[in-house]
Amino acid sequence: MKRFLPLAVLLLAALAVVASLLPPRYKGEYDLAAFSRLPTLVNGRIKPLDTVARTSLLVLQGRQSVSTPEGRSASPTEWLLDMLYKPEVADTYATFEIVHPDVLTLLNLTPDDGAGVGKKRFTYLQVSKGLAELARQSQLAEAVEPAVRTPFQRAVIQLRDSVILYQRLQGSLLAPGVSNFLEQLAHFDTVVPAGLAAVSAKQAGQPHDAAAAKALLELSDAAAVLESTGYLLPIPPVGDRGIAAGWRNAGGALRTSLESGQLNPGLATYAGLGLAWRGYQPAAFNTLVHEYRAGLDRDLPGFMGRCDVEARFNSAQPFYTAMLLYVVVFLLAVFSWLKWPDELGRAAFALVILAWVLSTAGIGVRMWLEGRPPVTNLYSSALFVGWVAVALCIVLERLYRNAIGSVTAGLVGFSTLLIAHHLALGGDTLEMMRAVLDSNFWLATHVVTVTVGYAATFLAGFLALLYVIRGVFTKSLDAPTADALARMVYGIVCFATLFSFVGTVLGGIWADQSWGRFWGWDPKENGALIIVLWNALILHARWGGMIRQRGLMNLAIMGNIVTSWSWFGVNMLGVGLHSYGFMDAAFWWLLAFVASQVAFILVGSLPLSKWRSFSAPAR
Amino acid sequence: MLTTLKDLRDLLVSLKLTVVLIVFSIILVMAATLDQVNLGVWVVQEKYFRTFVVFWKVGGVSLAVFPGGYSIGGLLLINLLGAHIYRFKWEWRKVGIWFAHAGLILLLIGELLSGLMQQDFTLRLDQGQTKNYSESFRNIELAITDTTDPKFDEVVAIPERPLARLETIQHPKLPFRVVVKTFFPNSTLSMRGPMLGTEAPGIATQGVGPQVIATVKPLTYKEDERNIPSAYIELVGAEGSLGTWLVSPALEEPQTFTAAGRTWKMDLRFARHYRPFSLTLLKFSHDRYAGTDIPKNFSSRIRLTTPDGRDDREVLIYMNNPLRYAGLTFYQAGFENNDSTTVLQVVRNPSWLIPYIACGVITLGLLLQFGIHLAGFFTKRRAAA
Repeated sequence: MKRFLPLAVLLLAALAVVASLLPPRYKGEYDLAAFSRLPTLVNGRIKPLDTVARTSLLVLQGRQSVSTPEGRSASPTEWLLDMLYKPEVADTYATFEIVHPDVLTLLNLTPDDGAGVGKKRFTYLQVSKGLAELARQSQLAEAVEPAVRTPFQRAVIQLRDSVILYQRLQGSLLAPGVSNFLEQLAHFDTVVPAGLAAVSAKQAGQPHDAAAAKALLELSDAAAVLESTGYLLPIPPVGDRGIAAGWRNAGGALRTSLESGQLNPGLATYAGLGLAWRGYQPAAFNTLVHEYRAGLDRDLPGFMGRCDVEARFNSAQPFYTAMLLYVVVFLLAVFSWLKWPDELGRAAFALVILAWVLSTAGIGVRMWLEGRPPVTNLYSSALFVGWVAVALCIVLERLYRNAIGSVTAGLVGFSTLLIAHHLALGGDTLEMMRAVLDSNFWLATHVVTVTVGYAATFLAGFLALLYVIRGVFTKSLDAPTADALARMVYGIVCFATLFSFVGTVLGGIWADQSWGRFWGWDPKENGALIIVLWNALILHARWGGMIRQRGLMNLAIMGNIVTSWSWFGVNMLGVGLHSYGFMDAAFWWLLAFVASQVAFILVGSLPLSKWRSFSAPAR
Repeated sequence: MLTTLKDLRDLLVSLKLTVVLIVFSIILVMAATLDQVNLGVWVVQEKYFRTFVVFWKVGGVSLAVFPGGYSIGGLLLINLLGAHIYRFKWEWRKVGIWFAHAGLILLLIGELLSGLMQQDFTLRLDQGQTKNYSESFRNIELAITDTTDPKFDEVVAIPERPLARLETIQHPKLPFRVVVKTFFPNSTLSMRGPMLGTEAPGIATQGVGPQVIATVKPLTYKEDERNIPSAYIELVGAEGSLGTWLVSPALEEPQTFTAAGRTWKMDLRFARHYRPFSLTLLKFSHDRYAGTDIPKNFSSRIRLTTPDGRDDREVLIYMNNPLRYAGLTFYQAGFENNDSTTVLQVVRNPSWLIPYIACGVITLGLLLQFGIHLAGFFTKRRAAA
């Protein structure tokens, strides 16, 4: 009976994965799914509105779902619709996450005023009372160098940036201060000629319709304001729609509409959608969305496919599913050491492969959406490190079949995806590449190779952790297992040496082509160099007989510290040509990780006789 | 005696020394990286890497605390060469290691040569401007030019050291002595305000000096800032003092005067290195991603001409695509003035190819070594199975 266990587990997991990949279901009568797939240009990339909604919420509050005051949960798309068309309602949703106590004091708020678990989410209404003071404090904070700002200064600047994002998003389709903007747009064909007639009559000194003239003036003022502050650029260019340069925001489209006398069809659609949303008319809303979408399909054949895939990808969240699978893998594989080694071991291995295939698909989709090699920023480097490490673990498990590969795969896969999840809170992870990084060749060679080197060094370190934990705390580190682990670590360190060296060298060549020098002693370069030196150190110490198994393991654990420094620590120094990733809370996590590794090295340095696995009575 | 020498040689070529040296180099690189936050990359390179000993200020006293880059790198080189000669046994199985280490020797030598020979300059071009020289980043010169003859200018350029030492300079081509009264390594200049009497009168008597105040500033180590020196220079001719001028790279134009019947220009500027060709900026482009400020590409369209007419062509310099010409490499480094001025970095590094070759050799060696190892591993497993 229990020989069917691996298959049953695999089927169950596969079903869960497939369920997560189904298209999202939205409650209610509005076709929110279709609306969420409409395209817009933001930050230089054409993306579905779904992405804008989700990433904005991640930036504001660190999670994607919104709780309304009535207590129900709104989807990101619903929130976006309220932001765009019913800002007075959106302002009552608690979407600003504020944790720093001094920032709360600045806004005359206390944690008790906050909503949600942890009472750290606040509404725009609450925040808006202290905006002037917030602006003043952030101006003071900005004068300080980023690398030396205090946590309060960083929190203040972050909140100010969030508020600006929020205001710009709200000011994308509705002109602030104009009461019936959408109605005016809907009646563009009558309002504008009437207004023009009134204005020319006024200039000729003849009796004129003052209200019509005023309406026209309001519209053109609104166009100017919208054009300068609008965050979304959802209006595709008339004509050649594939080019990003032609997309406009509502203000720009309105301005050209006023100039030509014809209301831009895209703007007309968005105005109509707004009226339908405000007026609780789902049927009209759906009709407009479908017509607009049909028009886009006609004019941009194949282009909409990308937006559809991205919206599906957003809701599927494959990396979150993979993260959960890795937890199950870890548990199954560890239990396989206690009981049913064969069945649980194979079940765990099957799930590792499933999770890895899911990650591969996720990374592949990202590469297709962005048109880039797999590693383009810190977020994608975390995904890739996990992917490579788990791939190596699959190879190890296939060779040794002792669940060590699976345990490590679960551990490393989970950790890297967790790190990636936190890195996604900075905004859209499919971002455009800055000028010097805009080279697919170097991204594919240098960045990928170096990341593989990081992954391998981490893998060696985690295998060594297993050795120490099993050897010191359990009796299960028998000679064959110890030898197997030693061979695994040694092999992975060789692999890591090769890849981190080649990756560092490729970086030097890229720097020579770009900045004029092969090696500049830049913090990130130094970090990579230290990883190469450390891996070389392990190998040379081994070959010189200076360390044996336990020494090898301790040095490999130290490799974890070295790699996490090079991956994250150097970014926190804020200097050098490589500083494009600066984080805050991450510093404490890094410190905690380093402390944990030091603790394990100390444990591993205990005399061998004290290890539970080696203290068996002499045979 | 012979045994001691032999022991010393054995130590120098031993693997244990290699391990110790690797540990030392990791510590050195780590310390240098952390110090970079305060001192900037250039100072840190001099302090930690281009030196035999690292000095730290401990309680006001400069102490030698650690071996520097030259010591560690040098010992590693000796260790490696010695290992090749005395320890490595030539076996086909170890050919990978041999190659890898040979390549490493080449890399270390290459980096040493780069450190000694590489020179960096900057070249700033406004739109339409032509220059046939590049400027040093850090070194300044006092340029006194005889402009009497309309056909050519004769320049006497005094480097920084005598200026910093407040020396008096006498040069055969100059009919006056140059007396350096004051020198500020870093300064700011500001116009004198209408409130006379509240500031101390400066010592300048000629040129723009009387209207400008120079205030000394502490040296900056930040990467995007330059130290702007200034100096008060008195020129003393045969009949007495001609006056005192304030000079600084911050002043836009050189200051003119007459002496001994000739017209002169004086300017404290970043040291110029003249080239046998000229570059003209035709257009600088700063492409951004649509609807954002995120830079997509920087490029400079430049016209390259030589006075003898041999070369007259347009080149495009952009990110990851430098211009290599006349032993120099020109990179797109920055821009100013709202995208109308381009800043190029000019590098002379005759040994630039060595790292490429060395890394190729090392990679080949590593691939060979690990490939042989891996093949052996699989053969053993197949035999055991």
